[in-house]
Amino acid sequence: MAGLNKSDFANPVINWIDTRLPIFTMMQKEYGVFPTPKNFNYLWNFGALAVVNLLIMIVTGIFLAMNYQPNTELAFGSVQHIMRDVNYGWLIRYVHQNGASMFFIVTYIHIFRGLYYGSYKAPRELLWMLGVVILLLMMATAFMGYVLPWGQMSYWGATVITNLFSAFPVVGPHIVTLLWGGFSVDNPTLNRFFALHYLLPFVLVGVIFLHVAALHITGSNNPLGIDVKSPQDTLPFHPYYTVKDSVGVCAFLAVFAAFVFFFPNLLGDPNNFIPANPLQTPADIVPEWYFLPYYAILRSVPDKLLGVCMMFGSLLMLFVLPWLDTSRVRSARFRPVFRILIWVWVAAVVCLGICGAHKPEGIWVILSRLCTVYYYLHFLVILPILGKLERPLPLPESISQPVLAGRGGGPLPGGAAAKPMEKA
Amino acid sequence: MRPLRSLLAGAIAPALLAMTFLASPAMAQDEGPLPHEYWSFESLFGTFDQAALQRGFQVYLNVCSNCHSMQYLHYRDLTGIGLTEDQIKGVAASITVPSGLDDQGNPKDGPATPASQFKSPFANEAAARAANNGAAPPDLSLIVNAREGGPNYVYGILTGFAQAPAGFKVGEGLFYNKMFPGHQIHMPQPLQDGTVTYTDGTNSDLDQEAHDVVTFLSWAANPEMVERKQIGVRVILFLVFMTGITYAVKRKLWSDVHH
Repeated sequence: MAGLNKSDFANPVINWIDTRLPIFTMMQKEYGVFPTPKNFNYLWNFGALAVVNLLIMIVTGIFLAMNYQPNTELAFGSVQHIMRDVNYGWLIRYVHQNGASMFFIVTYIHIFRGLYYGSYKAPRELLWMLGVVILLLMMATAFMGYVLPWGQMSYWGATVITNLFSAFPVVGPHIVTLLWGGFSVDNPTLNRFFALHYLLPFVLVGVIFLHVAALHITGSNNPLGIDVKSPQDTLPFHPYYTVKDSVGVCAFLAVFAAFVFFFPNLLGDPNNFIPANPLQTPADIVPEWYFLPYYAILRSVPDKLLGVCMMFGSLLMLFVLPWLDTSRVRSARFRPVFRILIWVWVAAVVCLGICGAHKPEGIWVILSRLCTVYYYLHFLVILPILGKLERPLPLPESISQPVLAGRGGGPLPGGAAAKPMEKA
Repeated sequence: MRPLRSLLAGAIAPALLAMTFLASPAMAQDEGPLPHEYWSFESLFGTFDQAALQRGFQVYLNVCSNCHSMQYLHYRDLTGIGLTEDQIKGVAASITVPSGLDDQGNPKDGPATPASQFKSPFANEAAARAANNGAAPPDLSLIVNAREGGPNYVYGILTGFAQAPAGFKVGEGLFYNKMFPGHQIHMPQPLQDGTVTYTDGTNSDLDQEAHDVVTFLSWAANPEMVERKQIGVRVILFLVFMTGITYAVKRKLWSDVHH
């Protein structure tokens, strides 16, 4: 396979490099002329937004690390030093702190897009599974990052979450000792969390590269969920989607900035402005908002081990989602029942999040149990059965066809042209 | 476009809903009702009232600082409440703080400089605890951010001292406070009408003193606030403008695509 690349670039320098290392040819192929379905809506922005967000986190994180001290005696003070004494330290820190929340907002919407339009279905199963790996890595990174300021909620959150692993028989206590680097959450814990918090984002970059590489093999899904049939169905990625993503990035940054400059602590917990104190437990130990649904699942189960399994299971189940959903129609647009039930599922997740923010008493226990059951029911029972029972609407012939025929008349073309079911 | 818009709204609405729930967590059951005072700095473009900041600093210096540290502040930071460098030098010089070791290697004291940390009233937490009936007075650098309810809560504590209602037993060395969770606080009432005599001649009733010191403490917890909001306005205007421009470019580019 060895041999020089025949480069078409006119610029002699680029041509010289590209002949020997065809990165320009690759960029042109993957981001220049890359054929992309022409019917994306703005929900298809969120993958690009997540990448932008990750870059912002890495850049701000590196500058924070230059001024942060991963030592239990100094950590809290070093964060105050960043906020007060480092030039624009408050800006870097608030961007990083709110960036974590923005990252989850963007990623959750990105995942919802995948669920709604069936982006996880064949042939994109591996693409989806890599996405689940990304989500898990993100969560681990965010959790360890929240520990670093070493406030009360950092310390007690770390204590509660690491203790969860002790529920596993035999290996549990050893895992906890390894996580702690000792026999309680202490300086060694903070040190290793800092090391891992700095490492994992770069692992994320690697997995995201694979996620995008897999995407460029299968090609993107689209709001109709049908395959690309002809060049008429696609547009070159540049300039059509580079400009459309740019619109999204600007709007996203505006929302991001609103949080950073006007409500920087809205999503935080007042307790984290108190230095960690192992002798004083806060009245309520609550994780960051993006973990609340899982926290509610955990607390809805009376048994610790089962609760931990249900919590991790709620995420791990996503790995097999491509095989749980038996419907071969991808887009919810053509699945009249699924289209409603996916919103019921979203409502259950939001409800779990609200339950997670409240003390597990009275109505909140009942609600979180109901929603936990529904969460599992949706994946384990509804999706497998629904695919067999549901009668999908007729699918359009191609992406460009309903676009030409269906102006103002909804997504459905005439009956003659429609096929009852698209082979996924 | 219509189904897309409703879809987006549908995706974002639950997220926002979840946030509003988080932003207003329930107060602990036995706390008094949170007062809702007017604070010049709370609104979207609000700033700190410099005169109130300076009066509040006077309250802190004369009263609070006898028991409470503010270890994350330095005297140089007082430019943020409108003091000149000479004024700050004057304030610092009048305060004696630990200043390293003498030639024999013994710790020595000396006048503070603008670079010095705010003086802590006690050498360490154990000393603070011992001198205060077992409860160390919390550091006030971040107190406004560190309490649910923020400035209103701190104001509520300062103005919440009262006679315990009949039948309520207040423990030994404790004081009744309407705002404090459990209503029993270790701190004796720190501010009363006329506790400080303001150098600017402002009438110093309890309400005024509490307002001023809470304003000062809010600044101390968020000294970057004014600059942050000013930059924020410009950043957001720029980004909204850029969103509009890129959207126009997008519309132009896509105008030849049939859909």
